[in-house]
Amino acid sequence: MIAYLVRRCLGVAGVLFAICAVTFVIFYLLPADPAAAACGKTCSPERLAEVRHYMGLDQPVWRRFADYLVGIFAGRDLGTGPHALHCGFPCLGYSYENALPVWDLLMDRLPVSASLALGAACMWLVLGLGAGVTAALKKGGLLDRTLMVGAVATASLPVYFTAVVLIYALVRVGGLLPYPTYTPLTADPMGWAANLLLPWTALALLYAAMYARQSRSSMIEAMDQPFIRTARAKGMPGRVVVAKHGLRSAMMPVLTIFGMDLGALLAGAVITESVFGIPGVGRLFYDALQRSDQPVVLGVTLLAAFFIVVANVVIDLLYAVVDPRARS
Amino acid sequence: MTITPNTTARTGPSALPEHPLRAALRKLWGDRGSRAALIAVALLVLVALTAPLLSRLGGWSPTAFDSSAIDPYLGGMPRGPLGGVSAEHWLGVEPATGRDLFARVVHGARVSLLIAFAATAIVVVAGTAAGIAAGYFGGRVDTVLSRLMDLTMSFPSLIFMIAVMSVAQDVNRVVLMTAVIGVFGWPGIARVVRGETLSLRHREYVEAARVAGSGSWRILTREILPNISGPVIAYTTLLIPGMISTEAALSFLGVGVRPPTSSWGQMIAEAVTYYETDPMYFLVPSTFLFVAVLAFTVLGDALRDILDPRGGRS
Repeated sequence: MIAYLVRRCLGVAGVLFAICAVTFVIFYLLPADPAAAACGKTCSPERLAEVRHYMGLDQPVWRRFADYLVGIFAGRDLGTGPHALHCGFPCLGYSYENALPVWDLLMDRLPVSASLALGAACMWLVLGLGAGVTAALKKGGLLDRTLMVGAVATASLPVYFTAVVLIYALVRVGGLLPYPTYTPLTADPMGWAANLLLPWTALALLYAAMYARQSRSSMIEAMDQPFIRTARAKGMPGRVVVAKHGLRSAMMPVLTIFGMDLGALLAGAVITESVFGIPGVGRLFYDALQRSDQPVVLGVTLLAAFFIVVANVVIDLLYAVVDPRARS
Repeated sequence: MTITPNTTARTGPSALPEHPLRAALRKLWGDRGSRAALIAVALLVLVALTAPLLSRLGGWSPTAFDSSAIDPYLGGMPRGPLGGVSAEHWLGVEPATGRDLFARVVHGARVSLLIAFAATAIVVVAGTAAGIAAGYFGGRVDTVLSRLMDLTMSFPSLIFMIAVMSVAQDVNRVVLMTAVIGVFGWPGIARVVRGETLSLRHREYVEAARVAGSGSWRILTREILPNISGPVIAYTTLLIPGMISTEAALSFLGVGVRPPTSSWGQMIAEAVTYYETDPMYFLVPSTFLFVAVLAFTVLGDALRDILDPRGGRS
């Protein structure tokens, strides 16, 4: 088990390194010139060269990449001369826009995105798995068909459409909920939930529909297995058969997808956050792009990759604990 | 209990197996839901293909301003009911500019479907090639390709796509968007194909072909590929709605095709601010997008049930 863990951690490091390298090369080779942007419109060539040197843009790509990597683990000094800044561990550089450390910006926004993602995840798991398993157990019936037609229709609605309809129905006309503005959980738990209810619902509806479809088909497959027949034959009550044997094997494929989805959302649901104006990581990313703030863009991409990869490993570890065959 | 002897002989030539594609189409047509989806898909493709013709029929180009259709005293709101629906503007006009919504949404279909189909083609060709190679050759090839699949799947794809689309300048947006969407889609289908290939590669007919002296290329294209085509076709159809949604999402965020070229996502993004004052403007592109995604999903589901009853999961 320890060897397995070590192997997985090395794999994670490799994947993150590769993602970091690809992102770095792409963003730093693309035409946008941050030095020109930082220097302003009336910038003499000498001054531009100075700014480029200060920002380290005159270095070759591999050199800048190496500095960046070292910075993440050991911190580094940015800039030269009297204006040098020390950037401590974990250094992801400074924002070109407001000269704040990227790491602090990310950590500032992370609770917002995490609130959105985790709350929505709870909602869609309950809704999606509930609908999917119910449909699977009543396979072919009216309830099954109704649920599945609803699921396929909901899954076809983009989240920005659902969001607008929800705002219109529940806020503008219904007046049931406040227009979403983020309130920290620690400051006001009720306000936190009330404000996030709308974004949660918009996001959760889409995912719930997808999970309902997925869990229905894997539940049907599971209930077809010989061990279910064996369990029934030995006289186990139907409810226990479903809960103990059916659900358990049906949830395996759903768990894999869940890990990926949650990982991707933790580092910002870009569309949902921009529609509702929630100040999360996705919003930070979107704003940074508008101003070609490359260190922030790179930071968010790395954070997102980190969450996806870690979620993957956690899911695999859960597998390995449950099922010894998965350890090889 | 009577046993009718030799029933096959009596049905005669019709007992010949029907061509699988023909059989699939017949089954699709037999079900009400998938028939509707098939018709919707055919109509959308037709609309996309004949977009310039259709907008000429409607009398407006997608980029032509019509100041007579909007009311400057109402902040540029369309004149008339339902967002300016009239004999002249069949689906109404855009607020502020007066551009014809019918022409724009029809041209949007062209962009959306072109990108979706092209990206799907890239994904299917690359994914099938990688999957079949990994499954058939195994060993080191499999290791390398599987690692590459894991790596690609670990990329935060939406974030990455947005970033690349927004940083790139002076390139053909449609081509770039197709490429970017295509790059992240291939591992899914590659896994399915790899699994299918693994289960086929030691079948008798493959062994027989090998013993008869067929090379790898011939075995892959003549023995394996035809036998995995069912799941591949089903999976391909199921990929399209995702591609349409991704294109719409990127255009919604303003990093897709640039104005004045229209696309559904971009139209919805512009219409969001008007959803209360001019709901028609918001609903027209949303409806097209919804119908397109829904129709391809239903069609893909039906095709999967017909062509790949086991579900193509591996």
